Amino acid sequence: MNTLICIGHVPDTTTKIQLTPDGKQINKEGVTFIIGPYEEYAISRALELKEGGIPGKVSVICVGGPKADETLRKALAIGADEAFRIDTESTDSFFIAHQLASFIKENPFDLIMMGKESIDRNASEVPGMVAELVGVPCVTFCSFLEVNNGKATVRREVDGQVELLEVPLPAIITAQKGFAEWRIANMRGIMAARTKPLKVIPAKEVEEKTYVVGYELPSAKKSCTFIQPENVGQIVNILAERGIL
Amino acid sequence: MAILVFLEVKDNKIRKQSFEAATYAYDLAQMLNMPLKAVCIGNISGEEVQKAGRYGVEEVYQIKGQDLDKFLESPYASAVVAVAQAVNAQHVVVSQTFNGKSIVPRLAIKLGVASFSGVIALPTIANGEIQVKRTAYSGKTIQIVGTKSTKCIFSVKNNAYKITENPVTCSIVDFEFKPSAEDRTVTVKEVSKLSDKVSLTEADVIVSAGRGLKGPENWGMIEELASLLGAATACSKPVADVHWRPHHEHVGQTGIQVAPNVYIAIGISGAIQHLAGVNASKTIIVINKDPEAPFFKAADYGVVGDAFEVVPNLIQAIKSYKG
Ligand SMILES: Cc1cc2nc3c(=O)[nH]c(=O)nc-3n(C[C@H](O)[C@H](O)[C@H](O)COP(=O)(O)OP(=O)(O)OC[C@H]3O[C@@H](n4cnc5c(N)ncnc54)[C@H](O)[C@@H]3O)c2cc1C
Repeated sequence: MNTLICIGHVPDTTTKIQLTPDGKQINKEGVTFIIGPYEEYAISRALELKEGGIPGKVSVICVGGPKADETLRKALAIGADEAFRIDTESTDSFFIAHQLASFIKENPFDLIMMGKESIDRNASEVPGMVAELVGVPCVTFCSFLEVNNGKATVRREVDGQVELLEVPLPAIITAQKGFAEWRIANMRGIMAARTKPLKVIPAKEVEEKTYVVGYELPSAKKSCTFIQPENVGQIVNILAERGIL
Repeated sequence: MAILVFLEVKDNKIRKQSFEAATYAYDLAQMLNMPLKAVCIGNISGEEVQKAGRYGVEEVYQIKGQDLDKFLESPYASAVVAVAQAVNAQHVVVSQTFNGKSIVPRLAIKLGVASFSGVIALPTIANGEIQVKRTAYSGKTIQIVGTKSTKCIFSVKNNAYKITENPVTCSIVDFEFKPSAEDRTVTVKEVSKLSDKVSLTEADVIVSAGRGLKGPENWGMIEELASLLGAATACSKPVADVHWRPHHEHVGQTGIQVAPNVYIAIGISGAIQHLAGVNASKTIIVINKDPEAPFFKAADYGVVGDAFEVVPNLIQAIKSYKG
């Protein structure tokens, strides 16, 4: 079984987002970039399945600029066998999905995994778009995955409800917490990653559907109103005013 | 031409989030001088469907097919597309619930239009270009995005657009839709509830606790407070990691993202990853014994004190208020 994990090259979760002076972009200076945390769950699960006796290759792909190579190397250090980068800085979901779909059509995989959302754009749009463009089923928000006889059994966890689903491969599965435990690359992995293949592929030409005009920072919260511990009755009033009590 | 809103059904009812989407769609329809229509999938009562009329929906296309009684993204997306084509929809509005998120990209491709996920305001339309605000970077920024596409899908962030009533007479159209074989490759084996309590994404109030509670044996007061408020319970990531609480209670950037009206955080420091999942809450109340805890910077109300004294006192105060 050959697995492809589509990973994002995203700002570390601790990043304080700042804008460029013209407000048109995020100021990337000094920002550390990481593999999207949900994609990391998918990488871990792919490696677990392989170690559990399902032979095959674990590949990772990122649609991004040259800086994303470092993030792909991290995925190789964690244990992926090979990496691909489709060379473009575009952030349009449709453009990205089109790149991934073209790649997948030319290089078929049995299992394609992504994160439930990217932590930069938070759109959750790419998986479903790729599924439509390639013509394979997709199950989103999975917290469990098992593979048997060309079929995946997944648990989709949404709104306090768990759905147990069965899907024939090839398919796209998107991961959320519960899927697997994150792994930390060890020294051997990091050394090995240096010589594992990382192939850069030019982007296909396709028109973007959307463009970014700019950013705003959300208005800062008004300062916190402090309530003395002996006056918790005030919290009761706050709750009552909001119709909760 | 019409604006079409997707009404999502859960437990035989139209979800509250869909009424947020309907309000957004109504305002958009008013702006463009178009009628508002809706698509609703599920064999629910006409009375329930007609609730959409309160929010300005003139006509609901109801699809009752048995093979659509459980949500599956592919057939649901095809059904919405069929109605979008039948009503010649200019824009389609969806609530950004999990299921909403699952169908939006498919709608965008099937209809060949632009999609905007997590929008928090109505779009502006000028010189044939549409621009709209959405949140990005896990709530840390607002992104303004645009398109030249004349048709769009707007996926409305939960609890970001206030529900208002705009009552109209609402008629129901029985719409026939049969999913194709390609739409039916995924099978539902079983559906179960994670707990009897209200789910985090639907809760109006959330009582959340962190490592400050010292151990799982101390959650009794959290449960009690939650049940008095009809609230859902949540926790910080480390609490779920050490199995003090089930992992489905973990909120934050890597857990569930929530947007209740009131979020009460007890013994949680307020790490940036935690805040990223709760910063869309309308009112945040923090109880923490450390006055320097970062959570106070994101809070509307704060109590600096020991949770083991403050929470029982709060429970008493609520009980005496309720009489
Ligand atoms: C990639 C990544 C993703 C992450 N994602 C998430 C996420 O999604 N959600 C999340 O929550 N975390 C996440 N984290 C972890 C996050 O960084 C913090 O470590 C975590 O939120 C801290 O949890 P806590 O506030 O419960 O514990 P602590 O930071 O230990 O804070 C405990 C707090 O309790 C207070 N306290 C102690 N005793 C009492 C008392 N008796 N009464 C009142 N207050 C008391 C203390 O003053 C302190 O502020 C993530 C981390 C990483 C690296």
